Amino acid sequence: MAGAASWSFNENDFKQIQTHLLAFLRDSNARCALLVDRNGQLVATVGETPQFDPTAFASLTAADFSANDQLAKMIGEAEFASLVHQGEKESMYLADVAKRVILVVLFDQRATLGLVKLKAKSVVGELNKVFEEMFNRVGTGQAQQKGLLEGAEDEIDKLFG
Amino acid sequence: MSMINYASREINCKLVYYGPGLGGKTTNLEHIYGKVSPNTRGKMISLATETERTLFFDFLPVDLGTIRGFKTRFHLYTVPGQVYYNASRKLILKGVDGIVFVADSQIERMEANVESMQNLYDNMAEYGYDLTRIPFAIQYNKRDLPNAAPIKDLQASLNPGWPIEDATRQKQTPDPAHPGENLVDKIGGEWVGHAPYHEAVAVRGDGVFDTLKAVSKMVLKTLS
Repeated sequence: MAGAASWSFNENDFKQIQTHLLAFLRDSNARCALLVDRNGQLVATVGETPQFDPTAFASLTAADFSANDQLAKMIGEAEFASLVHQGEKESMYLADVAKRVILVVLFDQRATLGLVKLKAKSVVGELNKVFEEMFNRVGTGQAQQKGLLEGAEDEIDKLFG
Repeated sequence: MSMINYASREINCKLVYYGPGLGGKTTNLEHIYGKVSPNTRGKMISLATETERTLFFDFLPVDLGTIRGFKTRFHLYTVPGQVYYNASRKLILKGVDGIVFVADSQIERMEANVESMQNLYDNMAEYGYDLTRIPFAIQYNKRDLPNAAPIKDLQASLNPGWPIEDATRQKQTPDPAHPGENLVDKIGGEWVGHAPYHEAVAVRGDGVFDTLKAVSKMVLKTLS
């Protein structure tokens, strides 16, 4: 393999993800859910708009999850499928989705960790299905990409002068 | 691993600056951060020690602009250069779309350069990535220093070339940055490929954008 495969998702995928996450936020009382891919790219944000820089947040989330993955292996675990960071007022719950994406749930005192964990379990199951379907149609995704960036070189030249 | 988001019409690509400790990887990012308009770049995140050595990574998102209606964003990362941070260095390489190897031109750092290049090959191989087939450029930094090694010595040690077996790629390819030199050439009956290279003085910003531009183009070409 020359490098890692690309993946893409469309409007319909986004709607499905949004529907599942909105239901999850309503049931768990959490404030916001973000999906971040394992390479640190933000895939989706649902719920309250975060007040921080979401791009930086996504890259740190991926690094956090990857570092913990390695720590798990060191102590003889295959993985830590979920992580919790608990603060005085604000907390985060992170869970693996389809081995490629991380679900990050932000919640405050209005929600309990127990409820977030419980509801997250079922939404992760739903999201696993959506993402696996998405990854399985890599062939179609590649076809869609073809020709997408033709002529892009000139635009890069323009940008950098 | 580039990600194309058709819902938000975004393309995100990951570039990693690799190389020995104190070679100028963070300086490259700092220069880009300082020169690119604040509208087209995000916040720079540095996970560094108290002495400003990179502990985990530096991160800088840069928007290249809109291409075919898609917002094209590059996420630039540096890795910690020091040998003992290999575990975190390897994590950053995950899903990489393009690599810039920042070599320290000083003669005294030759061994550190070679060790870091070998480490890059090894870490890439562990992920199943082939460095000779993904967008990859070398930057020879610190060219202004009196103890900088000649380019031909650096090339011989760090960019000696690899055999090109794919018949479709076996054609003489001129190096756009160095007239008279070739990126793919037939040497002694064998087709050999080299990574493109750029000379730089990152503290002054010389060569920083040339390198970024070259590798960004290569990454976008792989998507087109």
